[in-house]
Amino acid sequence: MKVVVDQSRCVGAGQCVLVAPEVFDQRDEDGIVVLLRENPPAELHAQAKEAAQLCPALAIEVDG
Amino acid sequence: MPEARPVEHFPMSRGRCPFDPPPELDRKLRDEPVSRVRIWDGSEPWLFTRYEDVRALLTDPRVSADPDRAGYPSQTPGVKARRSRFKSFIGMDEPEHSAQRRLLTGDFMVKKIQAMRPRIQQIVDELLDEMLAGPKPADLVQAFALPVPSLVICELLGVPYDDRDFFHRCSKVLVSREATAEESLAAAEELQGYLGRLVKKKLDDPADDVFSRLATGPVATGAMTVEEAAAMGQLLLVAGHETTANMIALGTVALLENPDQLAAVRDGDDALLANAVEELLRYLTIVHSGRRRVALEDLEIGGQTVRKGEGLVAATDVANRDETQFPEPDKLDVTRKARHHVAFGYGVHQCLGQPLARVELQVVYRTLYRRIPTLRLAAPVEELKFKHDMVVYGVHELPVTW
Repeated sequence: MKVVVDQSRCVGAGQCVLVAPEVFDQRDEDGIVVLLRENPPAELHAQAKEAAQLCPALAIEVDG
Repeated sequence: MPEARPVEHFPMSRGRCPFDPPPELDRKLRDEPVSRVRIWDGSEPWLFTRYEDVRALLTDPRVSADPDRAGYPSQTPGVKARRSRFKSFIGMDEPEHSAQRRLLTGDFMVKKIQAMRPRIQQIVDELLDEMLAGPKPADLVQAFALPVPSLVICELLGVPYDDRDFFHRCSKVLVSREATAEESLAAAEELQGYLGRLVKKKLDDPADDVFSRLATGPVATGAMTVEEAAAMGQLLLVAGHETTANMIALGTVALLENPDQLAAVRDGDDALLANAVEELLRYLTIVHSGRRRVALEDLEIGGQTVRKGEGLVAATDVANRDETQFPEPDKLDVTRKARHHVAFGYGVHQCLGQPLARVELQVVYRTLYRRIPTLRLAAPVEELKFKHDMVVYGVHELPVTW
């Protein structure tokens, strides 16, 4: 699986960090999404997909 | 040819169950998912009721949240007057929206809010100590549901809590469906003046709070005027306590009416508690008069062609009862997978304060029913005064005993 985030779209709602904290973080200074694992292991795929589904700004894409 | 239905007035009245959206909205979701409705100013925006359509509408870059655009379907005359006079990011489009919102995202991010959990717990415990030491029955709204989020948002923003009677009074007018444009504007101006003075004070004497950061940052550098900072503060202060206060009180009524669900919340682990908060947000959807937009060009949503300049209303309350997303949607079930509800809205305007609301509600629901296991209504549920007259739904008073 490949995860891509678009920081320019992020509005800092924080949903990704709540459902997939091992894949996403928020930048300390402004809460904008930070990708921790571009290729998360299989056990995190469901969480990463849910994060993409929940993101209100459509800033997360998962492939595979 | 199918018979044309008359255009109905929106928002509709609720039916017998105080927790369910109006029966007419439920019918629309099933038989007529996109329809024209008539709002207070006589205009006829499109109403979208299906979950998928609501999400599509609220993420479409071809729609605007700017209340000054012709065709924008404002919620009330008061909301129209005040949003137009005191602009904040809730009524802006990109790129202005994100530029302003990003001044605040650092303060509302998950880890910052999680770090506030012990302080929120302390506030909750102290308020419960006071309520338990006082007379029975008590009004849970005044004793607990309103003070918890008011105190928390005041500390976060740097607003003196001693001034709460003043801003609670203003805030009540601002969320009333019945306030006139003049009344709403007067309340907004009073609050705006107060918050403007506060921003100026923080410029000279900053502390560790949001207003100080706005004052010493964008205001000091000239990127933002005092008036803009105060308008932003108004949004944060009102949204920060009105919504959560209503979720605390109305959520408690819903749980007391569903004792098995209350027991699950009280006795479940942290994961169940977090899920229960999402389910209560879905089930109650207290911001119940729809999210409003206007089309910037001709477009199609949910099979409906919409013309440029036509108003759009996303009915998030009934979208959260769409059975294609939530099986047995009218049932409160704290174990269901409910996190993808649209109670916080969707799209770039989705609630900035949602991490804070979640932590507050988790601490509140857990602590309240553990510390007062015998908590019960002190009046029949039929006699409670529900907030049919407000933009945010809830109860005006909640007599409880134990």
